[in-house]
Amino acid sequence: MCTTCGCGDEAGVRVTVPGEHSHPHPHPHEQPDRTVLLEQRVLARNDELAERNRSWFAERDILAVNLMSSPGSGKTTLLERTVRDLAGELPVSVVEGDQETVFDAERIRATGCRVVQVNTGAGCHLDADMLALALRSLDPPERSMVFVENVGNLVCPALFDLGEDCRAVIMSVTEGADKPLKYPHMFRTADIVLLNKTDLLPYVDFSVDAFLSCLGKVNPHTAVIQLSATTGAGTADWYGWLRDRTGQRVPG
Amino acid sequence: MHELSIAQSIVDAVVERLGEAEVTCVRVEIGRLSGVVADSVLFCFDLVAEGTPVQGARLEISEPGGRGRCRDCGREFDVADPIVLCPGCDSADVDVLSGRDLRIKSVEVKTACAPPAVVATRPESG
Repeated sequence: MCTTCGCGDEAGVRVTVPGEHSHPHPHPHEQPDRTVLLEQRVLARNDELAERNRSWFAERDILAVNLMSSPGSGKTTLLERTVRDLAGELPVSVVEGDQETVFDAERIRATGCRVVQVNTGAGCHLDADMLALALRSLDPPERSMVFVENVGNLVCPALFDLGEDCRAVIMSVTEGADKPLKYPHMFRTADIVLLNKTDLLPYVDFSVDAFLSCLGKVNPHTAVIQLSATTGAGTADWYGWLRDRTGQRVPG
Repeated sequence: MHELSIAQSIVDAVVERLGEAEVTCVRVEIGRLSGVVADSVLFCFDLVAEGTPVQGARLEISEPGGRGRCRDCGREFDVADPIVLCPGCDSADVDVLSGRDLRIKSVEVKTACAPPAVVATRPESG
């Protein structure tokens, strides 16, 4: 037992002069751990930054669209066409997200559009902090539209709010029609689902009805547009949907 | 592999709240409908905790199930699957009431050895 502070003998006499007991002697002073209640959301920090982005967009009257899909479903091709077709109506700029390379940003830049690339390295999704950083470089003008092309991945980006106004999930007819059931978290969060590469329907074994039925089971309220980013078929509906979202600011 | 980000967020949030205090246990809740795999978070936790005051802490995960209410027929029911269908009318139009939460509930912190505040005097007997 420590004769100074009495530790090790809880029942014993303890004599202490406050402030003078410095414990120069080595012995463990084991005490029970203290429980601290936190009760906070794990993603509170991301959600807070996302709200900041959302306010930032709102103050500048910018429509922000988060584009998500698996790799190869045609996000960048659709963006190239969208940017070209909307360029005469209102300013459009793009944030590209990929693990590595600036290939996609170069494709978008070739359309004459303002673009920045975010490389996530080991990361599998964009988060609100990355978008905030990208927006500082992008510096999009007021009364414009910002497309955020997320990392090609149908799992992780679903969980991270970026502060966008709407989420568009792209899926192509070369993928399985049952994908909405396989990746329900992603399809559940979509405001609009774009079924791309419809020009290939005659050549692939893809049932649009089966796809719509699967989608209806995870997100019965989402808008759905069938289009081809290659031929342009159906893109007018997509632009119409975007125009509605910008609150008629875009001249039809 | 968003579980790595989830684990990182847990460690960041705990360190932000508790500073340098030595944490021995972190209790989190990962709802079964959250889309986050508890085992993967567990796997990543030790990696991201390394070199922080949370290093060596035990991660305790509870996984509460979900509840949903059908917007068509009004029925309330347990939800175990991310594809939520009403067991009564098969509708997919379901309001998920719980099961998607990712929360840090509490932590256990090592108590520092503080000098006792009370001076006790009692004559020694014997």
